[in-house]
Amino acid sequence: MAAATVGAILLASVTLYAVLGGADFGGGLWDLLAGGDQRGRAPRQLIDESITPIWEANHVWLVFDLVIFWTAFPHAFASVMTVAALPLWLALAGIVLRGSGFAFRKEISRPGLERAAGATFAFSSLVTPFFMGTVIGAIATGAIPAQASQASVSAWTSPTSILIGFLFVSACGYLAAVYLTGEAARRSERSLQTYFARRAQVAALVAGALSLATLAELNRSNLVLYARLTGRALPLVVVAGVCGLAVLALLAAHRVMVARVIAALGVACVIWGWGVAQYPVLLPRTTVTLSNAGAPHATLVAVIVLAVLAVVLVVPSFGLLYTLQSRMLLRDGVVGPGIPSDKRGTNEMAPKKDGISHR
Amino acid sequence: MTLIAAAQVSSEVVPARAQMATTLGFHIILACLGIALPTIVLLAEFIGIRRHDETAMRLARRWSVAMAVLVAVGAVTGTVLSFELGLLWPGLMRRYGAVLGLPFGIEGLFFFLEAIFTAIYLYGWRRLSGWTHFATGIPIALSGIFGAMSVVAVNSWMNQPGGFTERGGRITSVDPWQVFFNHAAPYEMPHMILAAYMVTGFLVAGVYAAGILRGRHDRYHYTGFALGFVPAAVLTPFQIFVGDTAARAIAQDQPVKFASMEYVARTSTHVPEWFGGVLSGGHIYGGLKIPDLDSLLVGFSPGTKVIGWDSVPAVDRPPVPWLIHLCFDVMVGLGTLLLLAGLWAAYAWWRHRRLPRQRLFWMAGAVSGLAAIVAMESGWVVTEVGRQPWVVYRLQTTAAASTTNGGVVTSLSIVIVLYALLGTATILILRMLSRRWRRSDLEEVAVPYGPQDRLVGQVGT
Repeated sequence: MAAATVGAILLASVTLYAVLGGADFGGGLWDLLAGGDQRGRAPRQLIDESITPIWEANHVWLVFDLVIFWTAFPHAFASVMTVAALPLWLALAGIVLRGSGFAFRKEISRPGLERAAGATFAFSSLVTPFFMGTVIGAIATGAIPAQASQASVSAWTSPTSILIGFLFVSACGYLAAVYLTGEAARRSERSLQTYFARRAQVAALVAGALSLATLAELNRSNLVLYARLTGRALPLVVVAGVCGLAVLALLAAHRVMVARVIAALGVACVIWGWGVAQYPVLLPRTTVTLSNAGAPHATLVAVIVLAVLAVVLVVPSFGLLYTLQSRMLLRDGVVGPGIPSDKRGTNEMAPKKDGISHR
Repeated sequence: MTLIAAAQVSSEVVPARAQMATTLGFHIILACLGIALPTIVLLAEFIGIRRHDETAMRLARRWSVAMAVLVAVGAVTGTVLSFELGLLWPGLMRRYGAVLGLPFGIEGLFFFLEAIFTAIYLYGWRRLSGWTHFATGIPIALSGIFGAMSVVAVNSWMNQPGGFTERGGRITSVDPWQVFFNHAAPYEMPHMILAAYMVTGFLVAGVYAAGILRGRHDRYHYTGFALGFVPAAVLTPFQIFVGDTAARAIAQDQPVKFASMEYVARTSTHVPEWFGGVLSGGHIYGGLKIPDLDSLLVGFSPGTKVIGWDSVPAVDRPPVPWLIHLCFDVMVGLGTLLLLAGLWAAYAWWRHRRLPRQRLFWMAGAVSGLAAIVAMESGWVVTEVGRQPWVVYRLQTTAAASTTNGGVVTSLSIVIVLYALLGTATILILRMLSRRWRRSDLEEVAVPYGPQDRLVGQVGT
């Protein structure tokens, strides 16, 4: 019981990382695809202003996921980290480059350097979700043995894994585009709203197609998982599909605020569908389950306490952060005297940055 | 078969340790800043609001921009360490993840609060007013301290493991409270947190001391110096007391580590204290030997028995005692010099109500941050290398914890290049910010009705 609860806690925090942190990666994707300096300025600025204040807090979910994974299921954790070492290193490299690109880009004033930092940020936003997807693919296809001692390339380069890698990238892009449509709507930026709504619809179709392709591919690579995804997890799979279609319709009807919740719900259903289908097995094709992956009962109880504390302490804080962000009380460049104003200049399409006072 | 496995283990453990040392040695500086810089920024903001001090306010705002950069870089380098625990040390995590994971989980909570409130604080300057904005900074400072306690809980647990039972290689029960507040926690936690405050305070002071040395004798620079220097200098004597207590505790808890720190080859009484000196082939070259002093320091009497490294077989001793000893001496020596700098300032303030005028003082102030970093890194070498060959003291060797995957040399090389770039970029960005601020200050001086620096000349030359 405790093990199942902790499994649910891990899946819940993975879901939160996916729908919050994932969207930040997706922002990088749209930054990359925004085109030249002139054309891409307005969307890039919206991406920058929407993500910059919150990406770090969202990123902590990843660390939290890792901690719960190694604390509650240390044997499975060690095997995954050993077998999928290469994609994990690559995902990590992406995280480092992206985070530092984020940290530096804002403060760099020379256009060449700013562009380099921006490109680093955008490119690494692609790399990280892709390789994380391949690792999930390696787990889902049962390519992680229980007592692993060597890395394996074939574990994460199977067609299923690669498909899941692309699925992750497209899902991040999808979430980001839907959220950014909402951001644009809140700022009454009609042209940006249309811009991101169109991209959200394209991304929804791509992510949907990749989900179906992954499901079909699982029919070959992990029949048990396939059977369960189309069996006991079917309601979740169906809801995920319905959510995707609903988002398409809602965007067309300019109901963007609801669309954001439904989009996140759809992605959450995919993740929980996977979890329900695999339950209680942690590493498919092994005997490693939620309850025998190396942690004693007391540790599992402690993790549950930790999760309760997270709900009590962290959730309200996040609520405060998002509330302030959505009321646009958190603005960039705001540092009062001594800091020159943003040099990117004004742009009719771009959301207005707060003027910075020169006292 | 076992031979091959053993060979694989030994070929990866050295690069794995080097990579962990590189990434941790880099991150720990940012971690110190993450722990203590918010407090110093808040101190500046407090003075700024309370005394309507525009200079302090300006420093608080500017430091918070630097803090944003440092916190972001620290967040990524911290994430690297989380990954490395699994990627480099799967043996450790497989066996003890269920134990040492718990303090990390608590750290995760504080990391959340830190990241969330940092965002609110940094981006809230404009719209949140006065004390409300100040209040959003308090959770950052507190979670810095509690987060540090949690991480150090893991490290002190590795030095003094406890709070669990293990049967047949499986953890069968865990007492989270005892894991967190393990035997080494009471001295390791305050030692690290005080180190963080010293590193940060002296670094901040160093920036402005360097400016003052270049002739920028304005209120802005003296305020910046004082806001960093005063807390760091006030905490230094406490740090020396905690460190001294820690050393005595280590003589009991990890005698072999202590023996390496102090060059105690054989368990005996009347053990001399060595200042400096390089141990090679059983002989100590150079260095100053003071008879009986080590026994005196350990047990307050020359007859105190100190355990030497002969108490364990050679394989259970740390590999490079000279490094451990010299790092220990460097840490203690630099700590003492920093104490003297603080005393100098205190004396000048007591006699003349101003900071010392001597150029030497400001030169010392300019390098004090660097000195604090070197001292802190040396201390880290002492505790980590001194624990070898164990990763979990007397329970698991570092070799057994290491990854069996090849290619660590490759990842190590990439890490070195990437971190060199990251470090350079961080320093360049901070310099760029400071130049930008100076330019805007110069423009402002031209404004006739600018804020009056009425306190200039009251402090300093």
